[in-house]
Amino acid sequence: MTKNRPKIKKSRLFLYLLCVPIAFWLVAPTLVVIPLSFTPQRSFAFPPPGFSLEWYENFFTSPQWLGGLLNSLQIALLVASISSILGTLAAYGLSKTSGFRKTLSNGLLVSPILIPAVIFGVGVYAVFLRTGLVGTMAGFVLAHTMLALPFVVVNVGAVLVAYDTQLERAAWVSGAGRIRAFMTVTLPVIWPGVASGFLFAFITSFDEVIVSAFISSPALQTLPVRMFTSVQREVDPTIAAAATLIIILTTAIALTAIFTRKKRKV
Amino acid sequence: MAAETVAAKPARRSLGPYGILVVPVVVIVLVAFVVPTVLVLIRSVTEPELGLQNFQWLLTSETAVDVIIRTFQLAGLATLLTAVIAYPYAYVMATAGPKMQAAMTLIVLLPFWSSMMVRTFAWIIILQNNGVLNTMLSSLGLPTIQLLGTQTAVLIGMVQVLMPFMVLPMVSVMRSIDMRIPLAAQTFGARPIKAFFTVYLPMSLPGVLSGALIVFILSLGFYVVPALLGSPRQQILPNALFNQIRDLNNWGSGGALAVALLFTVGMAFVLVYLVTKALGLKLGPVGGSQV
Repeated sequence: MTKNRPKIKKSRLFLYLLCVPIAFWLVAPTLVVIPLSFTPQRSFAFPPPGFSLEWYENFFTSPQWLGGLLNSLQIALLVASISSILGTLAAYGLSKTSGFRKTLSNGLLVSPILIPAVIFGVGVYAVFLRTGLVGTMAGFVLAHTMLALPFVVVNVGAVLVAYDTQLERAAWVSGAGRIRAFMTVTLPVIWPGVASGFLFAFITSFDEVIVSAFISSPALQTLPVRMFTSVQREVDPTIAAAATLIIILTTAIALTAIFTRKKRKV
Repeated sequence: MAAETVAAKPARRSLGPYGILVVPVVVIVLVAFVVPTVLVLIRSVTEPELGLQNFQWLLTSETAVDVIIRTFQLAGLATLLTAVIAYPYAYVMATAGPKMQAAMTLIVLLPFWSSMMVRTFAWIIILQNNGVLNTMLSSLGLPTIQLLGTQTAVLIGMVQVLMPFMVLPMVSVMRSIDMRIPLAAQTFGARPIKAFFTVYLPMSLPGVLSGALIVFILSLGFYVVPALLGSPRQQILPNALFNQIRDLNNWGSGGALAVALLFTVGMAFVLVYLVTKALGLKLGPVGGSQV
């Protein structure tokens, strides 16, 4: 590789120097929320003029903030579980299908990530207004599942492409029923795809703002929606504490994902 | 025994894995996703009464036309900026060693993985009038700038998330370029810069193009970033749509805006399909309803 590079070293160095600020702009900005969460005043002034845990205390004692976090976690877990099951079944069924039916169903199942979420938000809001699902747990889970399902179908589908169906046939021949063969032979093999689909689904739901803003009510809102309204209406550094907690949570999830993947390779 | 299994098979196949596994999920998506979405579009011609008055409003009202033009402008600018910033980054990534490449992939994917709300809030802290950026500027003795509430702020926030969708297709094309070809141009006397612009750049264009189309489509759907970093007087389609429905309860004109948005995205997809077919490219899965 190195031998074939036509660029002289000086221009290479220039390119590297160009990439440093780009990398910085991609990674660093988000981190400003962490020091800000310890500010002692009710302002977003940066750098914070002192240290206090006031906003964390506020977060954990406010029913709106803590309630939002608990709602978000509960919804995201339910959404990730439901869409993992539905998405895995659909992806498995699709792997045994071919032709027009496959193209059409696949396109339909993936369409929620291709269509701007705001359009689905309006639609689901209209339907939920009539069916009384606005501001309900069931409504959130249903709407988020639609947005999360494509990620499971894509992730599991990708693993199934490489899956050797002879293994499953062997199980059938040996007398295992179709369901048992799937559970004991296929599922353990495609598990990495299911697991990453679950993670994608969890994050999709946990981070969702647009559709959630439509279907939330004062009685039930998710953490991102609480943050969105907070930013629009008030100067409340509790949002910085919330943001820091989210960073910790998502980093922990990402590290778990990387760690389990490494373990699998060994 | 054998005859029995053979006889049992066709009966099972009439339902088959497709019927048992795929159809129920497809039905759920049809009912919970497709039907609500289509209902929005239908409302554009039925509310407040049957007719095309909402589309007349869409195409003649100054605000609506402004919103549509602004949406295209913003998406175009975001695509252009992303391409310009992503290109050198992708080039270094494509020509770097495997370790460097892995690190650069991780960095470019970080904004995509980090929370939309956290990321956007962080930009507010940085770009606000007494924010990080202006504090730094004034400590250097430079004049401060008003960024929050401008299109520049919206672009800064948007391009950051759009980077992976541009960088990854670029890298996959750049990696397939045989570096001996621009080198050959140099041995024939072309200066490195000329070899780059006449040989390497044209060869890498398919990657730029496919990245640009994905980025353009995604740019059309941004809601949170323009709502929080931009100005309410400079709404784009998704924000205007949210406003019409949730704040003004105008289902008819909201529906017309949804049709306009979906139509634009649909046309962009047709373009993607045609271009990828013509260039013989294969696109990876596009993910990112969260923008």
